[in-house]
Amino acid sequence: MSRISATFENLRAADKKALIPFVTAGDPNVQLTPAIMHGLVDAGADIIELGVPFSDPMADGPTIQRSSERALEQGVGLRDVLQIVSQFRQTDQQTPVVLMGYANPIEAIGYAEFAQTAKTAGVDGVLVVDYPPEESRELTKQLNASGLDSIFLLAPTTLEARMDEVARTASGYVYYVSLKGVTGAKNLDLSEVAEKIPQIRAHVDLPIGVGFGIRDGKTARAVAELADAVVIGSRLVEEIEQAAPEDVVARASALISEIRQALDNA
Amino acid sequence: MQMYEALRAYNLPDERGHFGVYGGVFVAETLVHALEELRENYERLRQDKDFLSEFEYELKHYVGRPSPVYYAKRLSEQLGGAQIWLKREDLNHTGAHKVNNTVGQALLARHMGKKRVIAETGAGQHGVASATVAARYGMECVVYMGSEDVKRQASNVYRMKLLGATVVPVESGSKTLKDALNEAMRDWVTNVEDTFYIIGTVAGPHPYPMMVRDFNSVVGHELRAQMPEEVGRQPDAIIACVGGGSNAMGAFYPYIEDKSVRLIGVEAAGFGISSGKHAAPLCAGKPGVLHGNRTYLMQDDNGQITETHSISAGLDYPGVGPEHAWLKDSGRAEYVAADDKEALEAFHTLTRTEGIMPALESAHAVAYAMKLAPQMDKDAVLLVNLSGRGDKDMDTVAQASGIKL
Repeated sequence: MSRISATFENLRAADKKALIPFVTAGDPNVQLTPAIMHGLVDAGADIIELGVPFSDPMADGPTIQRSSERALEQGVGLRDVLQIVSQFRQTDQQTPVVLMGYANPIEAIGYAEFAQTAKTAGVDGVLVVDYPPEESRELTKQLNASGLDSIFLLAPTTLEARMDEVARTASGYVYYVSLKGVTGAKNLDLSEVAEKIPQIRAHVDLPIGVGFGIRDGKTARAVAELADAVVIGSRLVEEIEQAAPEDVVARASALISEIRQALDNA
Repeated sequence: MQMYEALRAYNLPDERGHFGVYGGVFVAETLVHALEELRENYERLRQDKDFLSEFEYELKHYVGRPSPVYYAKRLSEQLGGAQIWLKREDLNHTGAHKVNNTVGQALLARHMGKKRVIAETGAGQHGVASATVAARYGMECVVYMGSEDVKRQASNVYRMKLLGATVVPVESGSKTLKDALNEAMRDWVTNVEDTFYIIGTVAGPHPYPMMVRDFNSVVGHELRAQMPEEVGRQPDAIIACVGGGSNAMGAFYPYIEDKSVRLIGVEAAGFGISSGKHAAPLCAGKPGVLHGNRTYLMQDDNGQITETHSISAGLDYPGVGPEHAWLKDSGRAEYVAADDKEALEAFHTLTRTEGIMPALESAHAVAYAMKLAPQMDKDAVLLVNLSGRGDKDMDTVAQASGIKL
């Protein structure tokens, strides 16, 4: 069983929901990222989504765009991100790490080499925003051959017929984009999420994570009532952006710990 | 309507929008359904007689088509080789080929019941062409433009505002065309239900490369009829500038099966290919995925998109339409590059010898024709697609000559 599936199974047994923070690798710098990741785990994170910086992040709002730009200014590329994961793995063999990013850095390395290197580094899953299932068969084949999960997005605009297509290709979990918009948007509609999740469950037999636009413990808790996992991205990246370097780990951890409490205390 | 008559053996893209390994639909999930809906509507309307005759009527009465072909006699004689002919897209309403496509897409938007259109723009030509059709059909129009370009193209920004469009300066990334495209995509993802995204070139996710090509292929279809009338045969070569590549694709498409006609695309070599500061992905880039399609890109070893340079804002883009990538690999079309200096020389030469001021984009094609013509016989015929007029480039040309207007 993959580290991701095992994590969801343990949480289910404990009657808990998964908390998945997102941070951009290399923001504010490469040295701090592993420390931030460890801090997030200590604060109650179950899985970490690690953003791979890209020059043209079309699906991201201003907050994550800026974090990507800060990482790129230091020349952080996909190979550096894999180094960061290796470093994280030296002291944490339990927490799954999912890479989230765009197609072109992977294209530049090549599918087979990427899948092997990512596996060796200790990556568990890969979510590529601009590879819908139809365009990612070859990559998914390589990822699965290396024992990595292929994680896909579902959106408010996804028709039910298409959910079957995603179900055939996806493993680990699926990521439901809670709103029509970019990361960090402020138009989250809980009733729409409540309507969509049962539809997805009818077609997809994987845990469902929900993200985009979840900014506080209260919303996280409400979303967790409906789904299996809550993703916190832009709100966390804001903390990192605003903190002085020596406070970054503490402030990121404090936010995640607050959301953990909101999720756990019924 | 002869729009599809040229289709014989050549039938790309496939139904998922692939030209060989290029093209496709590389977008976030939220847009998949919108693109599917767009594709279905376009597939239906491209065969609908009423839609096609409406399009044809608009091209004739609103755009002013057909555009003439013109023999650049003095230029040809001065160069002492092949005859150079110009396809006068500069005479269209709004001054470039761009309007062929925006008329087509606006009609499509209207048929789909979308009341809001958005567009990205670099130099502002596609933005102006989009704002123009939005005014014509009574639609709300928002144009995304890199803040660097807003500064460089103040008069086009004002033109768009006069036409009733909202121009949104984009501050992210390199603050140029590619970032404007990113921002337009973000708008579309947010307002996907009531908004139609008018992409300005033969790039982006399927069906855009096919659709923009089809709307612009009126250029090539007119050429096929005009050249035999004027010179008794088809040209030996068609030369067109390539940024995203819509004017080139429109001219090339009806000739793809006609192998006796050389198809030559001219990219922007900027400060020179070896300087690295250029916008010539077909000549010096490598394949990757950006803005919804797989194609040749300007990128570094990490797969990050690199900044481009060209004196012509319309060519200043790190990607290129996927069909050009396929035509390059298959050997059907040739791709070369002209640098800033050559384009400026061509601009001045054409202006002085023919009284025709080309857009700096089109001047790249003229520059290559000037290089090629002297090597050819006097009875050879080169057709240059003069995709736009140069009025918009006054400031840039003056500045390059050290003159402040």
